Amino acid sequence: MKVSSMTARTLDTFARMSIGRAFASGIGMVAGGFLILLVLVAIFAPWIAPFDYAAQNLMNANAPPGWPHLLGTDEFGRDVLSRVIFGARTSLSVSATAIAISMAAGMTLGAAAGYFGGVFERAVMTVVDLTWSFPDILIALIFVAIIGPGLTSTTFAIAIAYLAQFTRLTRAQIVRLKRETFIEATINLGAKPSHILLRHLMPNAIAPVIVVGMLAIGDGIVLEATLGFFGLGAQPPTPSWGAMMSSGTAQLFLSPWVIIFPGVAVAVTVIAVNLFGDELIRALDIRDRLRGA
Amino acid sequence: MILRYTFLRLLMLIPVSFSISVVIFMIVYLLPGDPIDNLLRVGSSPEDRAELVAQYGLDRNLVVQYFVWIGNMFQGEFGQAIVLRRPVADLVAQNLPYSLTLGGLAFLFSSTVGMTLGTISAVVRHPVLDRFMRGFILLGSTVPGFWLALLLILFFSVNLGWFPVSGAGGWTSLVLPVLTIGFGGVALVARVTRVALLDAQREDFVTLLHAKGLSSGTILFRHLMPHALLPVVTILALRIGWILGGAVTVEFVFGRPGLGSLLIRALGQRDYPVVQACLLMLALAVMLGTLIGDVAQASMDPRIREKKS
Repeated sequence: MKVSSMTARTLDTFARMSIGRAFASGIGMVAGGFLILLVLVAIFAPWIAPFDYAAQNLMNANAPPGWPHLLGTDEFGRDVLSRVIFGARTSLSVSATAIAISMAAGMTLGAAAGYFGGVFERAVMTVVDLTWSFPDILIALIFVAIIGPGLTSTTFAIAIAYLAQFTRLTRAQIVRLKRETFIEATINLGAKPSHILLRHLMPNAIAPVIVVGMLAIGDGIVLEATLGFFGLGAQPPTPSWGAMMSSGTAQLFLSPWVIIFPGVAVAVTVIAVNLFGDELIRALDIRDRLRGA
Repeated sequence: MILRYTFLRLLMLIPVSFSISVVIFMIVYLLPGDPIDNLLRVGSSPEDRAELVAQYGLDRNLVVQYFVWIGNMFQGEFGQAIVLRRPVADLVAQNLPYSLTLGGLAFLFSSTVGMTLGTISAVVRHPVLDRFMRGFILLGSTVPGFWLALLLILFFSVNLGWFPVSGAGGWTSLVLPVLTIGFGGVALVARVTRVALLDAQREDFVTLLHAKGLSSGTILFRHLMPHALLPVVTILALRIGWILGGAVTVEFVFGRPGLGSLLIRALGQRDYPVVQACLLMLALAVMLGTLIGDVAQASMDPRIREKKS
């Protein structure tokens, strides 16, 4: 059987088993529903936003929330609601892409380290432990400083900041699974390493990694917002929740709504991600396996 | 026994700090931009440039540069800031006390308040309190630090006028930064304390203590607390790094001097020696935090001592 179809089947089973159960609880349904809605809003932003996010109107700058600008306008008279809606696009896509990259790289490294062991494992884990002890914002700041500000470097900075987490987690799963009888049996039956790794180890190791990945998207959104706030993320006029707050600081006393609403968007999204992630952990019953790493 | 463990742990720090110092040394060579360009006056010749490069020792072999650099570091000689044109040691000495005060207070705040809240919620176990704690913990671990800082400034400094908006004059300027950094820490410590206490309550020895007729208070403070402290101390020691990370953002928002704001400014100006010194100090603090955590853990739990040494 091909690897791709196997992975697809694993993911499919995983999704059917857990997502449905996570939605079954009240909190899971509210949080999950909100996230689905948010993704839809991000996709259909141009049709939903009441105004053009870049349209300036200096005659109407710093207008308080009201009609027709429901959440007010910023220093250039741009509609805050429209910018928050388009900002969802930037924040979600940057964070999700970054975490996907981080997860893929971390799973590969962690699985290889856990399976092959030896010098390779020690080398990988030394580097990983080194970055693990550093705060994610410092790692991201250094990386952005090296390759310069922008959305691409923000994406890679977030990916690198969380790489250690996925590597450690995957390795811990693989090391634990390797001791199980069914793996020993497969090895004794003469299976190839690639077969054992892809067919038996990864499918059993993947659930905690996916859940942590889901939770990490929340952390990634906060990190993206922080980098944007330092002026290192999205460059004007691209709206991102962090960048909006960055330009809003100068107007903090004059028009606080420019800062308040993007922040509310970040906070509510991250809270929803966390609540849904918690429900997933409960539905999959993997709390103990997350502690090992 | 515990001395032996501490010594071994210190030995393990040598390769780790060596690799960190190499990384920090190399990072700076990957940064784009050249501070020498900033120093050159308009219309200066390539000879002027070569002279400046030689003056800062940037023309030597990388390995030589590394050993010269690390040797100087050991003597507290951090070199000359290229853009600010002052000894880096002075800059660090000037900014470090601010970061230490802020970090230390935030650490104290999050550990005392966090452990108190965690203990209360584990002992009382009232559904309303439980829900409140869950919400608080969720907020503390999800709200971005800089946004919380801005909201606090907006409410307490602008609307109420209780604290200064920015700067570092007197204790009033410390309240909001400490609250901002501490908030996430309080939530984390409270959660860990609560879980540890609840787990400990389920142990057989607790049932025995109850059967012996000890009061709940005695059981809590004499028997459960020492048991529950282990994960709390570990998380607090690891937290030192995160407090420093939080300090970077918070110092920036509140316009406070400190290692974090020094680092951000130096990153923007490509001031190599300052960036290196700041990163080295932060890395040192993170490593010390992990070391303290491990040693404290080992002194409380003999199983760890024996496994690792």
